[in-house]
Amino acid sequence: MTLDILVCVKRVPAPGAKMTLLADEQDIETKYLGFTISPHEECGVEEAVQLIEKHGGTSTVLTLGTADAVEQLRYCMSLGMDKSILLERTGHDWDPMATSRAIIDAIQARKDAGENYNLFIFGNESADSGGYQVGTRVAHAFDMPCVTGIKKIEITEADGQQMAIASRETGAGMEVFEVPLPAVLTVKEGINLPRYPSVPGRLKAKRKPVDKSTPTAVPGGPVKSKMVVPEEAGSEVQILGRGPEAAPKVVDILKELGVL
Amino acid sequence: MSDFPTKANVVVIGAGIVGNCVVYHLAKLGWKDIVLLDKGPLPNPGGSTGHASNFIFPVDHSKEMAMLTLDSMKQYKELGVFTESGGIEVARTEERMEELRRRMASSKSWGVESHLVTPAEIKEMVPFINEEIILGGFYTPSTGVVDSLRAGTIMREKAQELDALTIFPNTEIDDIVVKDGKVHSVVTQKGTIECNYIVVACGVWSPRIAEMAGSSIPLTPAVHQMISVGPVPVFSTTVGEIEYPIVRDMDTFCYERQHGGDMEVGSYAHRPILMDANDIPSIEESQLSPTELPFTEEDFEQQLEEALELMPDILGDETVGIRYAINGLLSLTPDGAPILGETPDVKNLWSAAAVWIKEGPGVGRMVAEWMTHGHSEIDPHQSDIARFYDYAHSKKHIIDRTSEAFNKTYGIVHPTEQWESSRNVRVSPFYPRQKELGAVFYETAGWERPQWYESNAKLMEEYPSELYERQGEWESRWWSPIINAEHLAMRDRVAMVDLTAFAIFDIKGPGALAHMQKVAMNQMNVKIGRAVYTPILDAQGGFRSDLTIMRIGKNHFRIITGGSDGGRDKKWFSDHLPEDGSAYLEDRTSAICTIGVWGPNARAMVQSVTDSDMSDAAFPYGALREVRIGLIKTRMMRISYVGEMGWEIYAPMEHGLKLWDTLWEAGQAHGVVPAGIGVYGTTGRLEKGYRLMGAELECEYNPVEAGLTRPKVKKQDFIGKEAYLKAHEEGPATIMCTLTVDDHTSAAGIKRYMMGREPILTLDGESIVDSHGRISYVTSAGSGPSIGKFILLAYLPPEYAVEGTKLLVEYMDEQYPVTVAVAGAGSVFDPENERMKG
Repeated sequence: MTLDILVCVKRVPAPGAKMTLLADEQDIETKYLGFTISPHEECGVEEAVQLIEKHGGTSTVLTLGTADAVEQLRYCMSLGMDKSILLERTGHDWDPMATSRAIIDAIQARKDAGENYNLFIFGNESADSGGYQVGTRVAHAFDMPCVTGIKKIEITEADGQQMAIASRETGAGMEVFEVPLPAVLTVKEGINLPRYPSVPGRLKAKRKPVDKSTPTAVPGGPVKSKMVVPEEAGSEVQILGRGPEAAPKVVDILKELGVL
Repeated sequence: MSDFPTKANVVVIGAGIVGNCVVYHLAKLGWKDIVLLDKGPLPNPGGSTGHASNFIFPVDHSKEMAMLTLDSMKQYKELGVFTESGGIEVARTEERMEELRRRMASSKSWGVESHLVTPAEIKEMVPFINEEIILGGFYTPSTGVVDSLRAGTIMREKAQELDALTIFPNTEIDDIVVKDGKVHSVVTQKGTIECNYIVVACGVWSPRIAEMAGSSIPLTPAVHQMISVGPVPVFSTTVGEIEYPIVRDMDTFCYERQHGGDMEVGSYAHRPILMDANDIPSIEESQLSPTELPFTEEDFEQQLEEALELMPDILGDETVGIRYAINGLLSLTPDGAPILGETPDVKNLWSAAAVWIKEGPGVGRMVAEWMTHGHSEIDPHQSDIARFYDYAHSKKHIIDRTSEAFNKTYGIVHPTEQWESSRNVRVSPFYPRQKELGAVFYETAGWERPQWYESNAKLMEEYPSELYERQGEWESRWWSPIINAEHLAMRDRVAMVDLTAFAIFDIKGPGALAHMQKVAMNQMNVKIGRAVYTPILDAQGGFRSDLTIMRIGKNHFRIITGGSDGGRDKKWFSDHLPEDGSAYLEDRTSAICTIGVWGPNARAMVQSVTDSDMSDAAFPYGALREVRIGLIKTRMMRISYVGEMGWEIYAPMEHGLKLWDTLWEAGQAHGVVPAGIGVYGTTGRLEKGYRLMGAELECEYNPVEAGLTRPKVKKQDFIGKEAYLKAHEEGPATIMCTLTVDDHTSAAGIKRYMMGREPILTLDGESIVDSHGRISYVTSAGSGPSIGKFILLAYLPPEYAVEGTKLLVEYMDEQYPVTVAVAGAGSVFDPENERMKG
């Protein structure tokens, strides 16, 4: 029983406290910013690496993004992913429909070439546009089961059928799903503690393969007209005092809050 | 905010290590009403201090930097924020080992204990190092790390305790108002503060702030990449921030240091990544801080492999993760030195920028002393902002030079190494002729000056010398034996030397004489047509400069000084102009070119192209005359820096080429040779024992020690007089001496020649320290072709400053015997100055 896992990630800016928009209001200014993937996706990558360490198999990381997104693929490979796929787009961000279409096509193309994945991991949602759709859409296209918001994954096998035991939090406790593979699981931050890349990991990642292709955007779907930076909420800080004389006021506040 | 001040004496902008140290030292020196502003929060406002690696290696080839660093270490220790870890600079190549041997000389000259260590000894101190790829190391036990943020906090608190300081973080500067060339106020987002002084201590933002005042601080923000990896298992049992020595992997331009459970790897090996000060993101826009920019991994790839090679046990461990990685911003300057002092263009606007953690407190003290007294204990000539000429403030120059310099941070830099970029900025009118003669140009203050002329190679056959061969590659680098041949031909015949790089200022007006008397040590009330060589002292009696002043008219003096000191001298003379406007300074540098003509045939040669009487009676030593050479009216001064009869000939720039051609043609019958600065600045000068500003002459030495006193002290008052009289009374604690090397043979059997800055030792190999704590080292070194010996200048305490005393000089970790040839004033060549009398 081995696993062939595909993890899908998205290159997103790592912003500071203040965001500035480009003049066309289509994107945020990223001149000063570094790029990353969402915390959910980081956990997805970590989960894949751990599952492969445990069960054996292959791990592939895929992204749809500009040529620069290879930085995130290398990062994921430095954490232990075996290989990567870059679906290289140009222009503005693609909407969830176009994105999932491109991913579906890429999976199908590999399927046709005899390359199959039996576990698809997505982040629960992307860090920037937060569409929550791509995983579900991919699952639907291949008629696979899909469970979202996953915080725990175990792999078992019964009667030759590989199963994922996937759990997610609800208000009252955990929901546990038994899902036959192949399946799509979208994971949430907290499922694990992602590792940092090691120096050997970084160096190995340089030599791991990146399979590049250029998808064509499908027409239709929602179109972004413009972005707006919300008004800063702002918060007021009140200095209660300094030193020991501030203590009674702190006690009052704690009482007010019901802590004491 | 209601308590925001509207007035202050001093506003210090920037609460990084420098600003914090400046406010403390100002307060300590008695300043009150100081306001410290920063746009960021405290204690880490987001500048370079906040992400500094905070380690200090005390040894530097530069004396000024070493002194600032040693002072800073002392201060950090007093604040209780210094942790001694030891530090090792390791060599992977033999070339680097040679450099480490040279560092041994610097460590001894500046009084720092260091040792060369073997790979096995390094392994013992740093068990996780791969000793197989290194040849050895330079170990400095006193190396350590500091908590620079904590240091800053303590400095601020101390200034507050002195009731001298108020602090406003989170205060963005919008503008600086200058009125009548003097700072007037600082406009901030919280209000406007009228003030007498402004100190720009804004690190990478300094150019932006200076620009608001219509001034310029020529530095550029640049990226220094750093990563931190952890948790490192071997560090899990250590206590505190650091237990293992810091390793500088010199050949890969990287360093590795323990930081708690992590190891930091920093690099100066990547491509220069420069930024404009105006493009630095705001605090709000930054993910980490404005000076911790996103890491660009591709620039660090090679460094990662090299670091892994050196520290495989730690960096090869797959459980050790890269937890932090930044492109950290720091400040780079065109010549690598800090930028300190009052800006020449705006009165009371002070720069304290481009300073590393290792120099911060020392710089704080230096700048505060300078603001208080007009001088500082440590000579600031390398760091003085006035050293930059106008072109050096251009963006192009800053970018070109810093790009070239960045990878020299850990590089092996020869003391006379020439820049490749930003050349041919200033050329004399003789330049085309010099090119034809095969001149090899060296740059000073933007000027291209022939160091020697390849066309003189043939002179080596005519004038045999043992000093032509230099077997050591280092000493032969950036040098030519032709210099010695030019020297010998000059002493035998006559030479023409291009001196156009002189900075020339006229002081005119009814108050000119009084101004000259005030600034110059020597008597300036001389006859019109006389020239005077004079030290220029600061108030503590140390050297501020030494130069020649001509009296051209009753109310007209002309100052001739070296190109490299010109900017600083101009500022000094300008700053001391009479306040009533009775004298003014006019910069004539760009108007006047200069040729030195010296040698036994100089008189005959010049006489052949002029009707003026050039005889000794008509044109005695020290005199100044207007002389027509061919068709050009020139001004000539009978003086010499090479110890030969002759003149400096000054002419309008546009006549320069014609003047050169006229003299050159006339010189053919007299065996004229072109001679370069190699002769003028080194061989000729050293044979005559002439002192050079920045080498022998620094503010920590006085004229009594330098042997530059006159029999009488002038009765008029002058800057430094009181101290000078006191120095006279006390006698010298150290004496400038000329030494010669007795045997150059190294252990390997080749002859080695010192380059300057090496320690002078007793025959027991001990350092020599005077009663003021100053260590004896070689201030200048060079051939003396006419005496057939190699010459060293050095200050020696009186008990050693005795002619015939045998001592040692240490070079490349070997010791060579030397003899004191001249103690005090005087020279090894033509001590009676017979030749100059001509």
